Amino acid sequence: MTSPAELFPPTKKPAEALSGVTVRLAGDSGDGMQLLGTQLTNTSALSGNDVATFPDFPAEIRAPRGTRAGVSGFQVQFSAEEIFTPGDGVDTLICMNPAALVTNIGDLRRGGILIVNSDGFGDKDLKLAKLDVNPLEDDTTEGYRVIKVPMTTMTRDSVEPTGLSAKFADRCKNFFAMGLVFWLYGRDVEPTLRFIENKFSAKPDVAEANRLALKAGWNYGETTENFASTYSVPAAELEPGVYKNVMGNQALAWGLITAAELSDKELFLGSYPITPASDILHELAKHKNFGVRTFQAEDEIAAVCSAVGAALGGSMAITTSSGPGIALKGEGIGLGLILELPFIIIDVQRGGPSTGLPTKTEQSDLLMVMHGRNGDSPLPVIAAQSPADCFNVAIEAWRIATKYMTPVFILSDGYIANGSEPWKIPEVDSLEKIEINHPGPRSPDDAPFMPYSRDENLARPWALPGTPGLMHRVGGLEKQDGTGNVSYDPDNHQHMVQTRAKKVELVADSIDDAEVFGKTKGTLVLSWGGTYGACRTAVKMAIEEGIEVGHVHLRWINPFPANLGSVLGQYDKVLIPELNTGQLRLLIKDKFLIDATGLNKIKGKPFHVSEIVDKIKEVSGK
Amino acid sequence: MSTDLPVLSAKDFASDQDVRWCPGCGDYSILAQMKTVLASMGKKQEETVFISGIGCSSRFPYYMNTYGMHSIHGRAPAFATGLKSTRPELDVWVITGDGDALSIGGNHFIHLIRRNVDLNIILFNNSIYGLTKGQYSPTSKVGKITKSTPMGSIDQPLNPLSVAIAAEASFVARSVDSNIKHLRATLQRASEHRGTSFVEVYQNCNIFNDGVWDYAKAKATKDDSTVELQHGKPLIYAGGKKGIRLNGFAPETVDLDGNIAQDDLLFHDEKVESSQLAFLLSRMRFPEFPEPIGVFRAIERPTYDTQINAQVVQAAEKKGKGDLKTLFKSGDTWTV
Repeated sequence: MTSPAELFPPTKKPAEALSGVTVRLAGDSGDGMQLLGTQLTNTSALSGNDVATFPDFPAEIRAPRGTRAGVSGFQVQFSAEEIFTPGDGVDTLICMNPAALVTNIGDLRRGGILIVNSDGFGDKDLKLAKLDVNPLEDDTTEGYRVIKVPMTTMTRDSVEPTGLSAKFADRCKNFFAMGLVFWLYGRDVEPTLRFIENKFSAKPDVAEANRLALKAGWNYGETTENFASTYSVPAAELEPGVYKNVMGNQALAWGLITAAELSDKELFLGSYPITPASDILHELAKHKNFGVRTFQAEDEIAAVCSAVGAALGGSMAITTSSGPGIALKGEGIGLGLILELPFIIIDVQRGGPSTGLPTKTEQSDLLMVMHGRNGDSPLPVIAAQSPADCFNVAIEAWRIATKYMTPVFILSDGYIANGSEPWKIPEVDSLEKIEINHPGPRSPDDAPFMPYSRDENLARPWALPGTPGLMHRVGGLEKQDGTGNVSYDPDNHQHMVQTRAKKVELVADSIDDAEVFGKTKGTLVLSWGGTYGACRTAVKMAIEEGIEVGHVHLRWINPFPANLGSVLGQYDKVLIPELNTGQLRLLIKDKFLIDATGLNKIKGKPFHVSEIVDKIKEVSGK
Repeated sequence: MSTDLPVLSAKDFASDQDVRWCPGCGDYSILAQMKTVLASMGKKQEETVFISGIGCSSRFPYYMNTYGMHSIHGRAPAFATGLKSTRPELDVWVITGDGDALSIGGNHFIHLIRRNVDLNIILFNNSIYGLTKGQYSPTSKVGKITKSTPMGSIDQPLNPLSVAIAAEASFVARSVDSNIKHLRATLQRASEHRGTSFVEVYQNCNIFNDGVWDYAKAKATKDDSTVELQHGKPLIYAGGKKGIRLNGFAPETVDLDGNIAQDDLLFHDEKVESSQLAFLLSRMRFPEFPEPIGVFRAIERPTYDTQINAQVVQAAEKKGKGDLKTLFKSGDTWTV
């Protein structure tokens, strides 16, 4: 076999250095855009860039071909600097058909590069996209650098030696596009060649066709006169260490496995398939050699209940879902709360209400996880801020759950779950152990076991079935503090409701204070969850423009960090950007009586940095 | 068996809580027989877990000096599955009622049974909602007058055994609260079976549905209205005067007056792989037929808890025991 360097010779054209680039790949659901995007991301990460991605795909597995509903997109920003978002404006847009073009061109920067598969713009394609006029021939693409490439024809020609039928040959055109993009940005093809070899090991002819298409795309860039130069994006200055590109759901799964190892527990997941949370189930199911047991339950309710059962038995129990599933789990979570058993509930939020927008992101479950159960039933709530952060959040959630003997909610969202970024692999030996003590056996001569006795954190003992002398019954009926026996005593009920609430408040002693980034007076941007990157970038930019603005990003939403009230008091204005109608704002107003301003986007899409910058200016009176 | 183990009595399985069922409730007998059976089988308190849902019967765990969970309505099977999957060495019992198991918990009931998790479900069937004070249940007959059906129920009732058999049950039995000897033997058989054991117990609610099972309980009628199943034996009842014969695919009652030999009768086979016989028996309802009591079906098939744990062992054998360092560095990594 010829070496990659011979097949993919470095360009002879000049390379212009850029600090960062945002590329969006858009095509039909079946065009392989997600695969292309993932390869571009991994390759860029391996070359030392900081990367952030945003896949955007339809809820339908195979939406009608060629239609606007069926457009699947993948955006990646790779940069020589530290970045926190997949980018606002797109520098280079690759479109495989007219539907992809008309639905995405609005995000392409003026003067940006538009690469289209000109073979995908026939009359039939236009009709499927509900277009009367070819957008390549009217003023749609005016002001952009349009590069029309007959990708289908060139892909077919390039794979001809393999003898694949036209149908199969056409499936290789994403690799042609990949070859062209890799050439344009001087990316290394080696990891992709390795990927092709592994992925198609059982189908050598398909592997060969994809390699040929990749090479044809690369060579096209070098020979066409459309490109006078290429671009290079040097490596970013990240903290030294070994890195890996991770997606949010994967990082969450790995964090859970790590937490189980750190606490010497075996992990049990009770889950029911739901977008965008299912990948946590898939990932955990791959790692049974860590003692992981995954149970695909018959429904969401059984999923949470099985987790409570496993928690009773002493496992590290987890249930994962998204909004509609969490709504169903409410009663089971309430039982776990009154049983005071530790387990983790993960809500990977998506657009709501009801089935809503399954594949789109939103932060609209906050009030549900805070208040969506019968009775006074507070629980600790922690939110992940980025894909890599999911790893740490999982460990922290389990630490708190076991220290305080309580279920803990983790909030993620579709944007974090499917997005990816470099993750600095931690030194395993430096990770702090999670100490869990189960009470030991008792003899009949010992004092009676008190299942609802409490330690200084108000945590009760986690007594496991199988332990002689600790036999006790737990249940959903109110129980007497100490003995755990059923009690209808009015004073006891008041005491128990307040004790359970107090326990959640005490968690504030174990979590970090709110940390201010930027200015300590003027306007404060207060955010939580997946909007971290956009908010942090916006605040940085506003400060560079001379605006007095600071940023606090909340990790724990229940309880709030102990110093949050005093931090809020330092500022004249508080701006709370959220992908909902103002749910954190409601909690902040309630707790601190602060008249915060909201920036509320409910479009199933993450914030653009510019939207937040504009709002900061407006609130600050600039 | 070792002889130096402390021998527990039925009393040792009683918790210190006052039993609060109505006086005369059939639940008392089931509680008493359970304690006796566990003691006689040499079970340990600490290795036994009772999990219930909501309803009168679901107070059961509070009265047992074992581990227990009084969970939420209809979901006991799911809690039990989570526990047994992670702690297969425990002896797990699900206590439920006709409303709990078949109405709100119908979904979990069938899925627990099809998975064949190695635990026992005891369904206290009183054909009524007792704790909510007397509404009709999924096993109440059409026409049943209750508070919520003043003009009579129009719901077709479910047959719990038929449902369980259709859900691929590996063990299905029926007993009667007042038939102490039979109930003990049935509970013991359920406990001995590996896989999900489902036992329906005819239980009288003397407040809201008194006498619903009288035909199967009363001394004067029970011999004529029930037939006790015995593996390998013909179906004979009414003190040996009557039997059940197959006529094509349908059972029929026959008088054993000398014209019919025992060999012509239907012979019970609880171990036959096909569920058709068990299903046919479950369809025999009073007054057209005597209702079978005893073990309908007891077959061997792999249990969920064994298999989920076997996969963990297999994965560790194949890939090596999980190691975080290896996991973190799997796939593409780069060094800064």
